[in-house]
Amino acid sequence: MTLYRHALNRALDEELANDDNVVIIGEEVAEYDGAYKVTEGLWKKWGDKRVVDAPISEAGFIGMGIGASMLGVRPVMELMFFSFAYVAFDQMINNAACVRYMSGGLINCPIVVRGPANGGTNVGATHSHTPENLFANMPGLKVVVPSTARDAYGLMKSAIRDNDPVYFMENTLLYGDPAAASELPEEEFTLPIGSAEVKRSGTDVSLIAHGRSVLVALEAAKQLKEEKGVDAEVVDLRSIRPLDEETILNSVVKTNRAVLVDENKPFCGVSAQIAATIQQEAFDDLDAPVLRVTSIDAPAIYSPPLEKEQIPNVGRVVEKVMQLG
Amino acid sequence: MTTQLADQSNYAQAEINLQLDAEEKIKLMRDMIRIRRFEEVSLKYYNADKMGGFLHLYIGQESIAVGTISLCGENDHIITAYRDHGHALAVGMGMNECMAELFGKATGCSKGKGGSMHFFAPDKNYWGGHGIVAGQTPLGIGLAYGIKYKGLTGSSLCFLGDGAVNQGAFHESLNLAELWDLPVIYIIENNGYSMGTSQKRSSAFKGSLAQRGEAYGIAWESAKGHDIYEVRAKTKAALDRAHQENRPTILELATYRYQGHSVADANAKKYRTPEEIVHHKENFDPLNVWKNQLMQEGVLSEESYRQIDSEAKSEARQAAEFAEQSPYPEIGEITDDVYFEVDKDTEAGNQGRHFFHD
Repeated sequence: MTLYRHALNRALDEELANDDNVVIIGEEVAEYDGAYKVTEGLWKKWGDKRVVDAPISEAGFIGMGIGASMLGVRPVMELMFFSFAYVAFDQMINNAACVRYMSGGLINCPIVVRGPANGGTNVGATHSHTPENLFANMPGLKVVVPSTARDAYGLMKSAIRDNDPVYFMENTLLYGDPAAASELPEEEFTLPIGSAEVKRSGTDVSLIAHGRSVLVALEAAKQLKEEKGVDAEVVDLRSIRPLDEETILNSVVKTNRAVLVDENKPFCGVSAQIAATIQQEAFDDLDAPVLRVTSIDAPAIYSPPLEKEQIPNVGRVVEKVMQLG
Repeated sequence: MTTQLADQSNYAQAEINLQLDAEEKIKLMRDMIRIRRFEEVSLKYYNADKMGGFLHLYIGQESIAVGTISLCGENDHIITAYRDHGHALAVGMGMNECMAELFGKATGCSKGKGGSMHFFAPDKNYWGGHGIVAGQTPLGIGLAYGIKYKGLTGSSLCFLGDGAVNQGAFHESLNLAELWDLPVIYIIENNGYSMGTSQKRSSAFKGSLAQRGEAYGIAWESAKGHDIYEVRAKTKAALDRAHQENRPTILELATYRYQGHSVADANAKKYRTPEEIVHHKENFDPLNVWKNQLMQEGVLSEESYRQIDSEAKSEARQAAEFAEQSPYPEIGEITDDVYFEVDKDTEAGNQGRHFFHD
């Protein structure tokens, strides 16, 4: 089995080999081997030109990567925490997302910005943001949030080969989690961005999630089956934009119930968009209102036992499903 | 005036300027006149409500774009902020596509999607046209990084205003430029005002704004911007540093804008005296300074100047006609040019939903 972090490492290593224009830049990605060891060994193998340690200067080096991508370099930029995107926001929105549009399609930015975007590690509000909804709100950007090692590998390779800016949100809790590990074949493969996957088939309710919430939903589905006799289906969005609405709707049409599991804050979170789609496209197929399990609506709390309650967990998902009646 | 001419003759003797033949000197004249006449016509149509948004005019600063860009070669790239019409024409963009962009027409350089602040021509190494103050400076080092990464001998000319030097992004880019030996030339076009706030009221500085480069170990120079000979001489030294050593430079060029920050600047004549504006127009107008220089050199006659001027006016008027007659983009085109993969109808572009309006 390959761990999530090792799957990412393999994808990066292979794409460095496949394309001379790929360069990895970020804080501690080279000599330190990556703060979370995602880039472990890559500097040693590929050297100073291809794997570059950046100073703590996100607006500067992310903006630099965007500029370089306009000339055809394919930078894969690591944010040690995706929360640090907020100091590079102008570059990531006004420049990366808008330059193609404002140039009437003359310029494109084949850049990947990657890093962990999650709560649950007791690092307080500043380091626990889940900005997939913020970035997916911006046309011109693609947002990928993989939940397993296999998806992380296949989607990272597609992200690097994509000619639009892709913001790739990982999860510190998944990097070494055996539950997120996958069997990877020896031969290379890619997974398309914009394709959801049914991670567990069921008939009674659709649990729709992305990122680590998929694992929470899978665990909840197991408990619902064993303890309540409810057969839940789990849909993994895998990417937020582009969004695979077909897979979502097929599932809801089949189960007639939907509970959305989303680590975002509820207001304008990813699940708010999914709920709007379901009510518009599958209204007649619904036997109950679409319900959501999101983070409790406050900045991320530090206190370890309470943070477990703030973000979606198995207990809250089971409880919400049982509210459907 | 005497001192000024004496200075000019010094820079006229700079090797890079001695290489200029009469035709090239006249081209510099023409390029500056074209920018001014283009903008005068655009102002007229802006005031007639033919354009929306902002119109940041470059009038008074023409010698900087024309002088610096006249030295650019195959691998020298240009990026600037929102006062971008002058640089656009200087790199060789046509008046028609530029004017049509101001009118918001489909024939504009950005198909009417960018507007005044967002002109681009990557085929001419021109990377915009950026609306957020100093937001282009990290992109500017990115171009330099790309040039160096690809093993090319080139540079990135990253223009900014004096108001941009207090933004964090600029300082972050300075650090990276020196740390990673990037061939970037920051050209601070110091027109004295960040919108309505004078340099004294907005910036803490010792000597000059460019001198801030010392803190990063970056070579810097401040110079007069109204004289093309001086602009070219100083730019050449920076280009050599970029090309030969992959090292950055900050070049601060003193200049002056005659119009407000934008045409919408209601206080354009309140935060500075009318006398100040007249003083600059009479003594440091880049077109007049160059015209006098060339007449003194016997390269230009009053008659040939008038002919160039008349051609530029006519070209600008025709550009306005072209823009007026051009169609607006279609509603269906609003969602074009957002994603490369969608526009090119690739496999990736056909996967999942990219747009969420009904």
